[in-house]
Parts: sequence; structure tokens; C-alpha cells
Amino acid sequence: MQITVTVNGTEYTRDVEPRLLLIHFLRDELGLTGSHWGCDTSNCGACVVWLDRTPVKSCTALAAMASGREVATVEGLEKDGQLDPVQQGFVACHGLQCGFCTPGMMMTARWLLDHNPDPSEQEVREAISGQICRCTGYENIVRAVRWASEHGAAEHREPAQHVEAEVTA
Amino acid sequence: MQVPTHVEYERASSVDEALEMLSRAGGEARPLAGGHSLIPMMKLRLAQPELLVDISGLTELSYINVADAELRVGALTRHAQLLDSAVAGERLPIVHDAERVIADPIVRNWGTIGGSLCQADPSEDLSAVLAALRATAVIRGAGGVRTVPAREFHAGPYETVVEPGELLVELRIPLTANTGSAYEKVERRVGDWSVAAAGAVLTLAGELIEDAGIGLTAVGAPHFCAPEAEEFLRGRRAGEEAFTTAGQIAAEHSNPVADQRGPEDYKRHLAAELTTRALRKAFERA
Ligand SMILES: Cc1cc2nc3c(=O)[nH]c(=O)nc-3n(C[C@H](O)[C@H](O)[C@H](O)COP(=O)(O)OP(=O)(O)OC[C@H]3O[C@@H](n4cnc5c(N)ncnc54)[C@H](O)[C@@H]3O)c2cc1C
Ligand code: FES
Ligand code: FES
Repeated sequence: MQITVTVNGTEYTRDVEPRLLLIHFLRDELGLTGSHWGCDTSNCGACVVWLDRTPVKSCTALAAMASGREVATVEGLEKDGQLDPVQQGFVACHGLQCGFCTPGMMMTARWLLDHNPDPSEQEVREAISGQICRCTGYENIVRAVRWASEHGAAEHREPAQHVEAEVTA
Repeated sequence: MQVPTHVEYERASSVDEALEMLSRAGGEARPLAGGHSLIPMMKLRLAQPELLVDISGLTELSYINVADAELRVGALTRHAQLLDSAVAGERLPIVHDAERVIADPIVRNWGTIGGSLCQADPSEDLSAVLAALRATAVIRGAGGVRTVPAREFHAGPYETVVEPGELLVELRIPLTANTGSAYEKVERRVGDWSVAAAGAVLTLAGELIEDAGIGLTAVGAPHFCAPEAEEFLRGRRAGEEAFTTAGQIAAEHSNPVADQRGPEDYKRHLAAELTTRALRKAFERA
């Protein structure tokens, strides 16, 4: 089937099998290998990207589901040659060792800061609780996100678009 | 590498269109909501539908509102939305307790309430919550709309009364006065399925228990509930003694099986202890 997906602002049209997973579409069809493919079982979060501005484990979504929708990946965090404060935070706080979990962690962190510009340590931990890091023990990841929050992450905010159900109570 | 078998994909733009697509394809079609149970099942080849009807874009089924003393939740409401809902948080703390510990925040962004219920995994937390609350499921098909009590919704593990060509469209949860509720879950690590869990709903008349609802997760309780323990509580004075005995009765009537999450006797112990804790907390909140 033919799908058209907007990734980091660029529209891509491709012929794919409906069973193709979003992570493989991004990595193998588009060559965007920033998003990592880890556990393959919805558990590690290395594959987290945004679909319609909401983080998703892209090993658990079909590329077909993204057709006509917007995807954002770690490659899109940098703007005009400037690293996003979240990326700077990971550099400043040594938020990664092997770097395998990092793209997913940064996409979740960016989303968290868009919705909660000054998260507590506990809130950061909760936000990344569906993601696994085998290297850092999480301490420096949490510091990196807090660093970003203190260094202008709010000014880099994407216009927040939350998944709210209509409450007419 | 886990890859689903070949499948066709169609996206529905309305409930009517989805119903039409589903019935045209017969039993080989499956609705795709958040995909967070179905896609993993397809990757493991435990599910091999011929056609996926993507209903994830049907915003008409994504809502939370109050009508006729009921909370009405559209089937495509996502876990994250239910967790964020102020009405649900205030009036139905059991829902809030459960949603906090269902999967992880990223999965909760996509998994839907309807998908949770239709997946009918014996470890699905909301099945027990909705059984405890005596909710009602609203099902739509070509022939019209029918309602089914949550306690009759599941036909067995991974099986529900939703027929091919039908969709679960709404859940209705009664909002009762003088009522408190709670959910208690034990998991091996954050984001994991329950080793065991229990939910309790208590309606009080003074010091007496007017009505009780108890839901049990992952311990093989028929229809996710504990009617014998509920019967024991009805009309009794609320307190430690009643809550402890009710926990024991609930455990006696459960049928846990040993798996990688724990042996049978441990799960039975949890069924008793978590029921008692949930009742205690529901009482404090009533
Ligand atoms: C890593 C991980 C951890 C998880 N942990 C938990 C946990 O701790 N507790 C828990 O309860 N759940 C847990 N889940 C399950 C999660 O809650 C469910 O995957 C999710 O809510 C199912 O909803 P969905 O929209 O993704 O359903 P889908 O995967 O889209 O569908 C599931 C099934 O329901 C059918 N279906 C969906 N919607 C409808 C409808 N409206 N009418 C008729 N049929 C329908 C589909 O055809 C399919 O058979 C976990 C999932 C993952 C991936
Ligand atoms: S690869 Fe997607 S969660 Fe691990
Ligand atoms: S830095 Fe190695 S897994 Fe996180």
C-alpha cells in the first residue's frame, strides 16, 4: 500500500507492506537510524518517537498507522544547527554511556518538558519509567532532563498538544 | 526479529464505516485501536487476522462525560486520558489507582480502554476494575446497539461476547453516593502486568455496608469478581474483621495458576491480602 508520512517536517511517500512496523520504516526505508530498535517487545523504549506529537514505542505501531500523520524523531530535535536543550543536557550531565537508550529518552524528555517545564526528579523518573537504560543507572539521565529544564528548555517548547478527551461534565 | 504475517489494512473514518468494513470481511477482520496488544500478538503470530480495520482515528469514540449518574467513557479513550480525567479521579478513585499502574506512560498514551477490555487478557487491570464497579458495556453492530454487564462481557481468556462485525463503543460506570473505592496491585517491576491485584467498591449506610463490589486480576476469578465475598459483606458492619474475612473468601474462590510471575499459593495469598487492603482503603474514602 502507499503511505505518506511527514517525518520531522518532510513528507515521504513510499510503497510498504501493511505489516511493516514504524521503527523499520524509519530506519530501513527512510534511513533515519537515530531511533533505535531494541527489545522488539514494547518494553525498552529505545524506539520511542512521536506520532501526532505523542510519544509511542515505534516497534508497537505500524507504518500504515502513521500515514497522513506527523512523526518526530531524534534527528528533528536539533534546530538550525543548534542542539535542543535536552541534547545539551545529556552532554553536560553525561546522560549517556553507550547511547543506545538515548534517542528514546530524549524524545520522552522533550515531551515531558513541553507539558511540564519544571518537572521534579520524581516526575522525570515516572516519565521515563517505561524505558530501560542498561548503563547509567538513570541518575545522570534525570540530571540531564533537570539541566534542560533549567537551561531554556521551556523557550524551545513545541506548541503543546495534549491527548485530552473531551470532558463535558 | 518479530514480524507479523501478511495482513491487509484499512482505515475507518466513522463508526458506521468501521462496522461495514468489519462485517464485509467476516471473522478474519480485527479492529485496530491503540494496537498495543494486537500488534505484539501479531508479532508473536498469536494473532493472524487477514484485515486490520484501523479505528484509532475515530474521535467520536474518544470522550469522558457524565450523564444519568453514570460516567460514560468512549471505547477509544486512551489510558492517559482516563488517568488525567478530573471526574474519574474524584468520583472513581479505583480507576485512578489502576490507571497509575497500567503499563507505563508511553504505552498509556496509546492503549485504549476498549482495547483493554476486548483483549480480555486474564491480567488486564481494567477488567477487574469494571467488574468491581458493575459497569456496563455498550456494543454496536449492524443490527443496532446492545448493552452487556461488565460481569458478563468476558467469555473466557482472550474471549469476549463482542461478535465479529461488532464494536465495543462505550463503557458506563455508575456513580453512586456514599461510596469509596480503591485498587491494589502487586507487580514485579514498574510497568509490568499484575502478579495479582484486587479492587474494591464500598457503599455505606451509616456504619453498615450497603453494597460491595470486588474485582480480582490475574488470579483466575470467574468474571474477574468475587460474588461470595461481596455477599458476605452486604449488611455487615464495616471494619477490619469483615475486610479480613472477605479477603479470605475471595482467595478461596480464586483459581490462580503458577507462572513466571509467581507460584499458586503466593498468588492466593495476594488475592486475600490485596482484597483486604483495597476494602480498607475504599472504606477510608467512602
Ligand atoms: C509493555 C506493555 C505493558 C502493559 N501492561 C499492562 C498492565 O500492566 N495492565 C494492563 O491491564 N494492561 C497492560 N498492557 C496492555 C494495555 O493496557 C493494552 O495493550 C491496551 O490497553 C489495549 O488497548 P489497545 O487500544 O492497544 O488495543 P488493540 O491492541 O488495538 O486491540 C486489542 C484487541 O481488542 C480488539 N478491539 C480493540 N478495540 C475494540 C473495540 N472498540 N471493539 C471491539 N474490539 C476491539 C482488537 O481487535 C484486539 O483484538 C500492557 C501493554 C504493553 C504493550
Ligand atoms: S524496541 Fe520498541 S520498546 Fe524496545
Ligand atoms: S546509555 Fe547505554 S543503555 Fe542507556
